[in-house]
Amino acid sequence: MNLTLKIWRQKGPKDKGKIVDYKVNDISEHMSFLEMMDVLNEQLINSGEDPVAFDHDCREGICGSCSMFINGRAHGPAEGTTTCQLHMRSFSDGDTIYIEPFRANAFPVIKDLVVDRSAFERIQQAGGYISVNTSGNTQDANAIPIPKEDADMAMDAATCIGCGACVATCKNASAMLFVGAKISQYALLPQGRVEAEKRAKNMVAQMDAEGFGNCTNTGACEVECPKGISLSNIARMNREFLTANLKK
Amino acid sequence: MSFESKTPEGPLKDQWTNHKNNINLVNPANKRNIDVIVVGTGLAGGSASATLAELGYNVKSFCYQDSPRRAHSIAAQGGINAAKNYQGDGDSTYRLFYDTIKGGDYRSRESNVYRLAEVSANIIDQCVAQGVPFAREYGGLLDNRSFGGVLVSRTFYAKGQTGQQLLLGAYSAMNRQIARGKIEMFNRHEMLDVVLVDGKARGIIARNLVTGEIEKHSAHAVVIASGGYGNVYFLSTNAMGSNATAAWKTHKRGAYFANPCFTQIHPTCIPRSGEYQSKLTLMSESLRNDGRIWVPKKKEDVAAIRAGKLKPTQISEEDRDYYLERRYPAFGNLVPRDVASRAAKERCDAGYGVNATGEAVYLDFSSAIERYGKEQAQINGEPNASKERVLELGKKVVEAKYGNLFEMYEKIVDQNPYETPMMIYPAVHYTMGGIWVDYNLMTSIPGCYAIGEANFSDHGANRLGASALMQGLADGYFVLPYTIGDYLSNDIRTGKISTDLPEFEAAEKEVRERLEFFVNNKGTHSVDYYHKKLGKIMWDKCGMARNAEGLKEAMQEIKELREDFWKNVSVPGSMDELNPELEKAGRVADFLELGELFARDALEREESCGGHFREEYQTEEGEALRDDQKYTYVAAWEYTGNPMESILHKENLEFKEVELKTRSYK
Ligand SMILES: Cc1cc2nc3c(=O)[nH]c(=O)nc-3n(C[C@H](O)[C@H](O)[C@H](O)COP(=O)(O)OP(=O)(O)OC[C@H]3O[C@@H](n4cnc5c(N)ncnc54)[C@H](O)[C@@H]3O)c2cc1C
Ligand code: SF4
Ligand code: FES
Repeated sequence: MNLTLKIWRQKGPKDKGKIVDYKVNDISEHMSFLEMMDVLNEQLINSGEDPVAFDHDCREGICGSCSMFINGRAHGPAEGTTTCQLHMRSFSDGDTIYIEPFRANAFPVIKDLVVDRSAFERIQQAGGYISVNTSGNTQDANAIPIPKEDADMAMDAATCIGCGACVATCKNASAMLFVGAKISQYALLPQGRVEAEKRAKNMVAQMDAEGFGNCTNTGACEVECPKGISLSNIARMNREFLTANLKK
Repeated sequence: MSFESKTPEGPLKDQWTNHKNNINLVNPANKRNIDVIVVGTGLAGGSASATLAELGYNVKSFCYQDSPRRAHSIAAQGGINAAKNYQGDGDSTYRLFYDTIKGGDYRSRESNVYRLAEVSANIIDQCVAQGVPFAREYGGLLDNRSFGGVLVSRTFYAKGQTGQQLLLGAYSAMNRQIARGKIEMFNRHEMLDVVLVDGKARGIIARNLVTGEIEKHSAHAVVIASGGYGNVYFLSTNAMGSNATAAWKTHKRGAYFANPCFTQIHPTCIPRSGEYQSKLTLMSESLRNDGRIWVPKKKEDVAAIRAGKLKPTQISEEDRDYYLERRYPAFGNLVPRDVASRAAKERCDAGYGVNATGEAVYLDFSSAIERYGKEQAQINGEPNASKERVLELGKKVVEAKYGNLFEMYEKIVDQNPYETPMMIYPAVHYTMGGIWVDYNLMTSIPGCYAIGEANFSDHGANRLGASALMQGLADGYFVLPYTIGDYLSNDIRTGKISTDLPEFEAAEKEVRERLEFFVNNKGTHSVDYYHKKLGKIMWDKCGMARNAEGLKEAMQEIKELREDFWKNVSVPGSMDELNPELEKAGRVADFLELGELFARDALEREESCGGHFREEYQTEEGEALRDDQKYTYVAAWEYTGNPMESILHKENLEFKEVELKTRSYK
């Protein structure tokens, strides 16, 4: 298929940036979206132009690096899919495709489609862990049985890949789904309960400090999340946060 | 340069305990004055950074991604081994040790492997304490599954995302130390050289990938945890950025590189679909617990399938060749990876491949779906359940076990594996070879350590499934943090290492000149052009089967390709900005050297063992034929300025506990 691409080009953080048009031809429907981008970049290199910078690594939907806003949707049109797992069979010959970075005040653009998501790092550092030493001198792993349902729910929350699609999608650029998922994973496990409230308080405070917006329950994040992280994690976070503040 | 294994004296089972009791320690107050650099934040580097920081050292950690959590370990799917014997099926430290030595085709060091098995159980305790949500049974206890090459169930897992969950555990431990200021984290940084002062590793040169700035970082010791070099083949299951640069630069500064030709080709990956293919996707080995591998028995069925006139589900049982079950009745579909890969290649070479390229076999879940469905119907009290109902119940069970893998497959191939068998083919996956290390995980450069996939240590000529995660975490949490103290105890009075030393200046200059060359060269071909060419040579001549003639050709072709690269490579953009093409250029330049040493190592080893299959050395039945008389050694290569002239050092492997046997899975 032949396509027109309208891609956000921005040389650096201070550059204003603009949409630039490109054409790619003979794209196979079996290609992944990023393979299509490879074709474009090879074309640009061979004609002496600067290739489009974008983040990617695993190309199998797990590292959370890739982050394109495609035709107005984070990670593009397919549901439950990261940009790297999107295939060209989701598009048709002659299509025009808009490709932009994940936008949010807390995610400044570094170059082209690459954004700075280090705000997520700082939120995790504020409390996204269980305070246990890595000495190995802990009790036996089977000493605390954990109901399968709880373990499964914790696992569901833990599958968040930290991509930031939830933020990019939200009209308020809220990071509640991401933070809620981490807080929930630990809150659901007995090992994590001990510090649950303190964790919620500290992570939420950091989230606010980073300039992410508030949650107004539109639920767009859940729809666009490639890992299907559920809104119930936000509710759980709010509960933890409220209890923590009540005790203050 | 030191080249002794430093294996402790005494019986195998007491070695690690005695060693820990005898090595020097650094007291807590002195640790505050000691800096350690860790390159890499995968399971090995992440766990090492966290533990070293917790012990009190000042740690500087580096990764090229924008977060430590995105290291390639995140992609590991199937599970992690540990000799917990929770299933009561007779597992033990000894059995895990034995399986690993045998699985590695008797080409690893007994002492290291025993220690790995010994600390394995602790890993699970540690991870559970950190909140890693491993799969559990209804009683609330941890669940296990089986992996290839063993007869017990010792693999712990978190759905098909075990690597992700373990890495997030290590990452959380890192975050705790970053928050305390004990780890200084350098994301989006790439190490481009190691700096030696008075023969000791004292720092690195790294490039800030966002600003392009070239930075000098000093420390009292340097730990390389940069992962494997599978991307020398261009196409592999590794992440796009996985590279050998950190390891290779260390090699060029004096660290021996061991067994480069020991590569694992994983049997169950999604076949390639076209020339544009950028990487390959693994379908976890855990699928072989329930999936059966087959090709049609009749050539006419093969032809009809390729022509799209016949569906695999229409082929009757009698007309299917379940070749692994046929050739290896004892282990069946769960033979080790090297054996399964070669068997797939054998069938496809004989003309039985089931897709257009002729390079695919089936991995079929229909029997498992039926079996689980019947079982579930019994449990539900529906003994008369209809066939549809049974299949429905069975699909649910399979979905709970492998749902995310099936989804991944469907996204890529656009076929539903619950209804039709998966198509799979072997792909490059893991590298057993790597930087040579002694028992303390120190390389032949004093003060320079290598852990995780970057070292060569524990898997011999073939790694068993679910053992890389185990090794990464064992090295990082439980081994290196203690053995490094022995070395650092001599550095308590050294004080800060200055980055103004001439050695730092010289290394920085070299790095800068190389980068300048790339951006100024204005050649005619992109970096990928060279990487793909290299990959093709490697796959065709250093792949699943190798022979002397092909290997000699490969060496010559790689050398020529390298010369062409240094004349005609084209790298757009500049040095002082985010420039992914410049990053790739440096990595491919190193692969172009490593590839040649790889071929040379494969040529030198005139035997077949594990993943290294030399066509000249096989039994009548086509099984690998080892030569224990001549090749029971680790090939450790010393760099002398050119891969062609590297010097081979041999570390002889002594087997005191295990008797060398022909590996049989029949
Ligand atoms: C798809 C897939 C599935 C797998 N599944 C399993 C499994 O189920 N069980 C199992 O046991 N094993 C599995 N493996 C193997 C296992 O995942 C790896 O061997 C292991 O995770 C490697 O860990 P590591 O810490 O050594 O390196 P990696 O996780 O590869 O980390 C390397 C780190 O080094 C950094 N780095 C690299 N070069 C530089 C540089 N020059 N400068 C700065 N930083 C650098 C990277 O940023 C990264 O942080 C799988 C592998 C693949 C590819
Ligand atoms: S919650 Fe979903 S969208 Fe948000 S970071 Fe996690 S995986 Fe991405
Ligand atoms: S590249 Fe890793 S999730 Fe897309």
